Amino acid sequence: MLLSRTLLKRHSVLPGFDLALGFALLYISLIVLVPLSAAFLKTFAMSWPAFWDAVSSPRVVASYRLTFGASLAAALLNAFFGLVVAWVLVRYDFPFKRLVDALVDLPFALPTAVAGIALTAIYAENGWIGQWLPFKVSFTPLGVFVALVFIGLPFVVRTVQPVLEDVNRELEEAAATLGASRWQTFTKVILPIVLPALLTGFALAFARALGEYGSVIFIAGNMPMVSEITPLLIITKLEQYDVAGATAIAVVLLLISFALLLLINSLQTWARKRQGGV
Amino acid sequence: MNTLAAPAAAAPDAGAAPRSMHPATTKAPWVRAVLIAAALAFLTLFLFVPLVTVFFEAFKKGWDVYLAAITEPDARSAILLTLIAAGISVPMNLAFGISAAWAIAKFDFRGKNVLLTLIDLPFSVSPVIAGLIYVLVFGLQGWLGPWLQAHDLKIIFAVPGIVLATVFVTFPFVARELIPLMQAQGQEQEEAARVLGASGWQMFWRVTLPNVKWALLYGVILCNARAMGEFGAVSVVSGHIRGQTNTMPLHIEILYNEYQFAAAFAVASLLALLALVTLGLKYVVEQRVKHQKRSVGGRAE
Repeated sequence: MLLSRTLLKRHSVLPGFDLALGFALLYISLIVLVPLSAAFLKTFAMSWPAFWDAVSSPRVVASYRLTFGASLAAALLNAFFGLVVAWVLVRYDFPFKRLVDALVDLPFALPTAVAGIALTAIYAENGWIGQWLPFKVSFTPLGVFVALVFIGLPFVVRTVQPVLEDVNRELEEAAATLGASRWQTFTKVILPIVLPALLTGFALAFARALGEYGSVIFIAGNMPMVSEITPLLIITKLEQYDVAGATAIAVVLLLISFALLLLINSLQTWARKRQGGV
Repeated sequence: MNTLAAPAAAAPDAGAAPRSMHPATTKAPWVRAVLIAAALAFLTLFLFVPLVTVFFEAFKKGWDVYLAAITEPDARSAILLTLIAAGISVPMNLAFGISAAWAIAKFDFRGKNVLLTLIDLPFSVSPVIAGLIYVLVFGLQGWLGPWLQAHDLKIIFAVPGIVLATVFVTFPFVARELIPLMQAQGQEQEEAARVLGASGWQMFWRVTLPNVKWALLYGVILCNARAMGEFGAVSVVSGHIRGQTNTMPLHIEILYNEYQFAAAFAVASLLALLALVTLGLKYVVEQRVKHQKRSVGGRAE
């Protein structure tokens, strides 16, 4: 009763508001908010120098560099090829198109550990693809990149695809009749329409890559200072009973993730407005 | 837009003209071929080859090794634990998803956007951190650690911890599928049911639930796939006790680190199969949801 009286903006004849919202709030508090706040409270209990030491030691900084660099590179590659894949799926016909379309979601459905061991086997020196490459992929930072490309692959395709489907062909025809080349039409008409969705997909892929663990640890080799990602470092510290150190690094990652979440939310709002305007 | 395409199609040398409906918005055939080839090459390198590899490596040493790998006691207990973890966490998140969607989609209340953002939160948290926060609450040095130990209860390095971590990472799936559909459907049907004298639960079972059944199933499928495959979060809280706290993904890791590659890929192939079934079901259900959304959209106009 209390919830409906204080929160509800106008009366409704439908029942169950108190029960539904009450349960949802209790559940979200117990499962998400209380445990997450534990991480922040644990960090507040640390002194500032201790916190700074934990999050800025050379080994940790090396892991940030690898995690951010590889995530950024993977998200960029996915942005480019994601756009190409979305374009091809929306505009062209080719054999097994529906199967290909359905399989794009595989990284969402395939457990990360399975992806990890499969990618490691393929890109190892004697693997199906690795043996043809002049450089090592598995057990190097490049392996981290490969795993993160796999993990982020569906995001750009799935955010750009629906927008591309809605693009009004008349706009392109108008551009063509006004003398625009196909490339001009693409860069001046189509790209601005899909840009918000493309950026959203890029940000989603980047955010997912930052926290990824399962697929990366098999292929990375996990050498400190070279191929050790930040999430792995959290586990390493935890296994050494350095709970405070692990939590400090986790809080840094969490704050970055929350900032990205806000960015993604505003990008999506922008995308919706754009789409409504076209 | 057909008015523009019509003259081209009716031109006398129609046989030589491009067969597309949109001559003005179609690229040269070579551009199309290059784009399709680029897309397929990219997907092959990063998607298809890994998928095929799982099954190839799993059966490389023959059926006997494969069957032995998935039926030995440790593998069986890992499969059982994975089923238990998914069997508990999926219904829990289903109950949450339905209540959150009911409140958010059918009522107008203060703080709705905050709640929506909170629901998405677990997706942006690294799985490793999802495990860590439960260690901070229930672990030996955690908030409830001493109390739990005094009462001889174990959550971390035991099954309850695995279930909790799984619940966290699969938290948003059902709610996210239900909320947009229920928002689009509006309140009229439920209001009509109420006016006609249905009780709250009658309205829920006879009107609300049938209206969202496909989206609900879709959310459950995605939730289940993630629950059975979760690795990072579960890895932190499990303690890796063979035969007791190893789920299938953790069992794969142990086999792999012991260089039992064929066995690791055999267990992995079961999860890959689950992923393929998930994608198949997802495809079927997606078609239904699309159909349903279209009919809802049509009515709104």
